[in-house]
Formats: sequence, structure tokens, C-alpha cells
Amino acid sequence: MGATHVPMVEDLPPRHRLSLRVREGGRGAVGAALGLDLPERVGERARGGGREALCLGPDEWLIEAEEADAAALARALGGVDVSHAAVDISDREVGFRVSGPGTLALLAMGCPRDVARIAPGRGARTIFHGASVVIRREAEEEVRIDIWRSVAPHVRALMETGLKELRAGL
Amino acid sequence: MLLIHCPYCDETLPEMEFAYAGEAHVARPVDPSRTTDEEWRDHLFVRSNTRGPHAERWRHVHGCARFFNAVRDTVTDRVLATYPAGSPRPDLPGKDTP
Ligand SMILES: [Zn+2]
Repeated sequence: MGATHVPMVEDLPPRHRLSLRVREGGRGAVGAALGLDLPERVGERARGGGREALCLGPDEWLIEAEEADAAALARALGGVDVSHAAVDISDREVGFRVSGPGTLALLAMGCPRDVARIAPGRGARTIFHGASVVIRREAEEEVRIDIWRSVAPHVRALMETGLKELRAGL
Repeated sequence: MLLIHCPYCDETLPEMEFAYAGEAHVARPVDPSRTTDEEWRDHLFVRSNTRGPHAERWRHVHGCARFFNAVRDTVTDRVLATYPAGSPRPDLPGKDTP
């Protein structure tokens, strides 16, 4: 049996999250209002001023910011003269972090995608233990997961089982 | 499990991220009020039921969430090509194999 690597799983404090939809023609204007250069390709991220954008689809971004930034974000988007949709999904989502050696092994137990192929600094929406999640690869052995609040306990329980298996050297 | 290339993500990803959505290139009647019952029946229910390469809709539901089209061989279950929704079916060698 090889060396046992058991990653750490921790809950993350609440963040402000917006689901942003805007067509190609409006991407620049909405990005400028947010102070972010909204990335064009699925999986790419942009950061600045405590805000972050992850491109989830050709016309869809997940915007993340401090909770205290919510009103300022709404004001900034309210002034944009381009048709777009920004939906506050903060209450729907919870986040947690998996870090340390064994991170990818724990992820592989529930994710059909090869998480090792999401380069550090990138992200993706995918499926994890049957639930739709957003994964951000923060570093080689560090991943953040956004998941719907209602299914989070179920997925966390399955991850605990996975951690036990890793501890047992399975 | 199938590996499917999403034309929007430009990545080849596991089938579990995708949902099948029926035959592709089925045009909705342009003027529904002038459509006969038989035409409606054909539009709603009659499909080609192809043996071999079949153009069909898929959705990258647990990914970019986009609908796109794929040509899949219904005999071998191989995905021969994928292409964005709205573009014509690509010409593939061996397209007409029975
Ligand atoms: Zn996709």
C-alpha cells in the first residue's frame, strides 16, 4: 500500500454570487461596469478589485465578490445600457475548499471529468456525486467547489466516506 | 461511457455532463395555423429512426448548458462529429452506410 494522502475539506464563508448572462455584443460594456475583462472562453477567469468572473458558457459568467460589495455591484450593473441578466444566486450556493495532497483523488471519486485537466487558475461547471457544481482549481492541490445549498450535506457526507477510504489507504 | 466533444467548450468530456435531446434538424412548422393534422403528427412524432449515422441534439447541461448537434452512429454508438446548433449537418465519409 502506498503513502496515504488525506486532503483537508473546509467550509468557506458566504460570498456574494451573481449569475450573469449577456450576449457577445454587450460583454465589453458589462465587463467595464464590473471592472473586469469578462473572459471570452469557457473555463477562463478574471479577477480584480475583490471581484471575480468565471466564464461558464458562451454567454454566461459566474460573478463572485465580498458580501459587502453586493449593493455596489447592483448599482454598477444598473447603469449599464446593454441588455443583460444578473441574478443574485448567493443564497442558493455554498462553497467549500479541498486542499492538500490527495485533493484530486477525493475529487475523482465523484467527478466524471478529469479534474487534473482543469489547469490551476481555471474553472468549470461539472457534476460531482450527482450534483451540478462549479469547480475552481486554485492550485495544483487546491480546489474550491460551489454547490447548491440543498444538496451540499448529501455531497459532504459522500466526501466524508471518501476521506475515510483515503485514511484507510484504499 | 461516451466521450463527447462540446463545440462551445471545445473540450472532449464525459457523457455524464450531457443530456440527449432527440433528433436534430426537425423544423417546426412555419405557419402552425395552416398546418394539417397529418403535418403536425409528422412534426411531433415521426422520426427517421436511423440505423447508422444519426444527427441528434445534445445539451451540455452540466457544463456550458448549451444545446448542440452531434452525428452519432446508432450501430457503433460512436460520436462521429459535433457542431453548433443552427449549422448544417456536416458531410462525413460513410454517411449513407446502411
Ligand atoms: Zn460545453
